Amino acid sequence: MPMNPTRKRRLTIVLSILAAAAVAAVLVVLALQNNMNYLLTPSQVQSGEAASYNTFRLGGMVKAGSIQRSSDSLKVTFTVVDAGGAMPVEYTGILPDLFRDNQSVIATGHMDGARFVATEVLAKHDETYMPKELKDAMAKAHEGKQVEEAGSGESGMGSRKP
Amino acid sequence: MSNWIPLWLHKLGSPPTFYRFAGTLQPWATTLALLLGAIALYGGLVLAPADYQQGDAYRIIYIHVPSAEMSMFIYAVMGVASFIALVWRIKLAEVVAMESAPIGAAFTFITLVTGSLWGKPMWGTWWTWDARLTSELVLLFLFLGVIGLYHAFEDRRQGARAAAFLAIIGIINVPIVHFSVNWWNTLHQGSTVNVLGQSKMSWDMLWPLLTMMLATKFYYAASLFRRVRTDLLALEGGKDWVRKIAEDEADR
Repeated sequence: MPMNPTRKRRLTIVLSILAAAAVAAVLVVLALQNNMNYLLTPSQVQSGEAASYNTFRLGGMVKAGSIQRSSDSLKVTFTVVDAGGAMPVEYTGILPDLFRDNQSVIATGHMDGARFVATEVLAKHDETYMPKELKDAMAKAHEGKQVEEAGSGESGMGSRKP
Repeated sequence: MSNWIPLWLHKLGSPPTFYRFAGTLQPWATTLALLLGAIALYGGLVLAPADYQQGDAYRIIYIHVPSAEMSMFIYAVMGVASFIALVWRIKLAEVVAMESAPIGAAFTFITLVTGSLWGKPMWGTWWTWDARLTSELVLLFLFLGVIGLYHAFEDRRQGARAAAFLAIIGIINVPIVHFSVNWWNTLHQGSTVNVLGQSKMSWDMLWPLLTMMLATKFYYAASLFRRVRTDLLALEGGKDWVRKIAEDEADR
């Protein structure tokens, strides 16, 4: 189909509008890059990236064996870790079903000295789905490498930085 | 020579030909959508095993993920049709773009609602402003904007052109929705189904999901064909081919 001048002009107009919108979107996204991150990891917090926030989200994995529940209240303390840092967290309230050792969690709250006091704790799950039997079989095959195995799905948490 | 391809496309682009073409395919698309949808639901809700981590709650994935994929797919179709409509002023492309918008909006709405229902028990919240959830909400507003703008004009074709511009500009959001989980830290997990490479789901859970993704495609085709046919009759009301259809219907 040969292009007549009118169509060519329209094509140019539409393509330039599309290009302008794309450039605008990229600029907006780049400008917001710092604020677009939903959470900070313990190592980011320890390197001072959270200094400018009163409240922020802390994301990482619940360190195995670090969960301590209070016997007379809903108070829970646990440690959130990522590849290069650890942060003690304190929370009073109801935790999501998936909250447990080695689970990725996202806590909203503020720093209180070296402790992070959370007002909300959300569980993040990975994109892997498999039946329990398969998971157990895999865990068996990986015995001895349990730490790696448990973290394999969640490894995106710290590394998913732009 | 490949000249027969444009010729064939040209013919299909004419309203009476597309009206017949869509009329022939529409029942097939409906049948396949219902059949595949039923198989997928049975496979997903009955045959597929429970997840090691989320138990039975993960089964909402069989509605959520196909709807989410359709919301982006339909937006892409609407964007391409809008592009053709603006540059070549093909009436059929305008109609396809404008009639895709309500279907896309419905799928986006279903995605947001099922995601919310899934988020509460698993994450612990109905809603959060992370990049994936927010960009999907923006997608819903874009669909609604296109619908609204289209109907804001007295002249339908003028409205379609204005709405087509919005549709084209908004297409920037589609890759943002898709890649948001890779570009930023989000509460939402990454993609389970990967077209290239390994999907992160065992096969006995995956096949009903893929079947449902196919079923929703056929549903979209069936719904779009039905809507486009109605619209073409209305737009071409005075033309001979429409009059002939009306007379044939009256004779029955």
